[in-house]
Amino acid sequence: MKVLVSVKRVVDFNVKVRVKADGSGVETGNVKMSMNPFDEIAVEEAVRLKEAGVATEIVAVSIGPAQCQETLRTALAIGADRAILVQTSLETQPLGVAKALKKLVEKEAPQLVILGKQAIDDDSNQTGQMLAALLSWPQATFASKLNVAGAEAEVTREVDGGLETVAVKLPAVVTTDLRLNEPRYVTLPNIMKAKKKTLDVLTPEALGVDLTPRLATLKVEEPAKRKAGVQVKSVEELVAKLKNEAKVIS
Amino acid sequence: MTTLVIAEHDNAALKPSTLNTVSAAAKIGGAIHVLVAGHQCAPGAQAAAKIQGVEKVRVADAPSYAHPMAENLAALVVSLADSYSHILAPATTFGKNFLPRVAALLDVAQISEIVAVVSPDTFVRPIYAGNALATVKSSDRIKVITVRATAFEAAQPDRGSATTETVDAAADGGVSRFVSQELTKSARPELTAARVIVSGGRGMGSGENFKILEALADKLGAAVGASRAAVDSGFVPNDYQVGQTGKVVAPELYIAVGISGAIQHLAGMKDSKVIVAINKDAEAPIFQIADYGLVADLFQAVPELTAKLG
Repeated sequence: MKVLVSVKRVVDFNVKVRVKADGSGVETGNVKMSMNPFDEIAVEEAVRLKEAGVATEIVAVSIGPAQCQETLRTALAIGADRAILVQTSLETQPLGVAKALKKLVEKEAPQLVILGKQAIDDDSNQTGQMLAALLSWPQATFASKLNVAGAEAEVTREVDGGLETVAVKLPAVVTTDLRLNEPRYVTLPNIMKAKKKTLDVLTPEALGVDLTPRLATLKVEEPAKRKAGVQVKSVEELVAKLKNEAKVIS
Repeated sequence: MTTLVIAEHDNAALKPSTLNTVSAAAKIGGAIHVLVAGHQCAPGAQAAAKIQGVEKVRVADAPSYAHPMAENLAALVVSLADSYSHILAPATTFGKNFLPRVAALLDVAQISEIVAVVSPDTFVRPIYAGNALATVKSSDRIKVITVRATAFEAAQPDRGSATTETVDAAADGGVSRFVSQELTKSARPELTAARVIVSGGRGMGSGENFKILEALADKLGAAVGASRAAVDSGFVPNDYQVGQTGKVVAPELYIAVGISGAIQHLAGMKDSKVIVAINKDAEAPIFQIADYGLVADLFQAVPELTAKLG
């Protein structure tokens, strides 16, 4: 079974982003970039499926600028077999990305597509679901457990009330949640091996897809700052402040 | 201009998130319809008809909607979409799961997790774990939107008198099925609607130790939450998680116990009115956003706090 995994290059999760003074966006110039954490979990899950003998080939894909090649090399180092970059300098938004992924799915014919549930930059949480709809495939989102059995996948999902288990017919789209797995550390030998694996670069035009963004960002601002807080020296002082000053308890 | 709000409910009653979503629809302007898709969901539909501001409730009642699968629910919404300018769902796991399918099938963008309506085509939404707010404009013919409930007041649940009409269920696509669920049962208020939340982090050390927080929560009538670290370590189930990819909460009072204050956790609670932090590490980032910070051993401070309360 071939598995396709989509990965996104985003600002590293440890970075506290700053809004540009002109309000046009967020500073990404000299900032550390990494693979979206949920996508690392997606690649790891695909590699585990291969190690379990369920997946035969893992193709990692990304849509974005040339530097996404680094992200794809990381996916290859984790254990993907081959990579494809659809290179664009346009702002990527979920609908466009889903359409590009659909074209790649039609070319590659995987039985399973695994994506992170959301990218930590735009926090959209849409791409996997959109891709599934465009393909008329079932989806299993926010997965914390994935079990592929024959022509079906049984997926446990993290939902607001707890856990829900669904069964989807393959081919299907799965999006990963935090606790699906803990991604492995990439070893130096695997990084070296990854350099030799195939990484193809395509243009959106060659793929026949229009990546023009649909949503226009008019401005980006910082949220309102909170007033500075105070240190209290004792529980007694805390209770007094909560009762008399903040008035949140009686 | 008419907005369709997809109700979140359990057939017997509406979830509070539906009321906040109706408020967001009211800010857009125009008429408001509510879709209630479920099985034996007449009580939920009746409740929807009483929400202030709702003109019409459309009810799709069928066994296939007992645990509605995203594929089936999206197909139903798409079948109704053409008469609407806006389609809204709460930004809960319910809404986030199926609504993007609707957007893709309609070939329009989705605007996720709005916190404000600027105009019928312009909305504000958090990005980068809420460290920035983006004002975005859509020129698509139908705006498909998920709504962050904590950013909108709940609509009055008992002043409305909408008409009700039945809608044909779409056929079950048969590509996915519900197998089982494991929902946390609790007498405490729901995390996303609680006035007070007591939340524990890695510093709690074990699930057993959460009993200290539960005692405090009992005194305050509070819900109990947790950081990702506490859930990952198995102290509490996943539905306790507050954060960028867990639940976003905005209670009157949030007490963070043994929580360091990672960016991703703050994303889920920084809109709380009053934030209290109890942590033995004076350098913990949580103290930078706490209104009241107490550097202390939580195993002493929390029981003392519980004892000193009313």
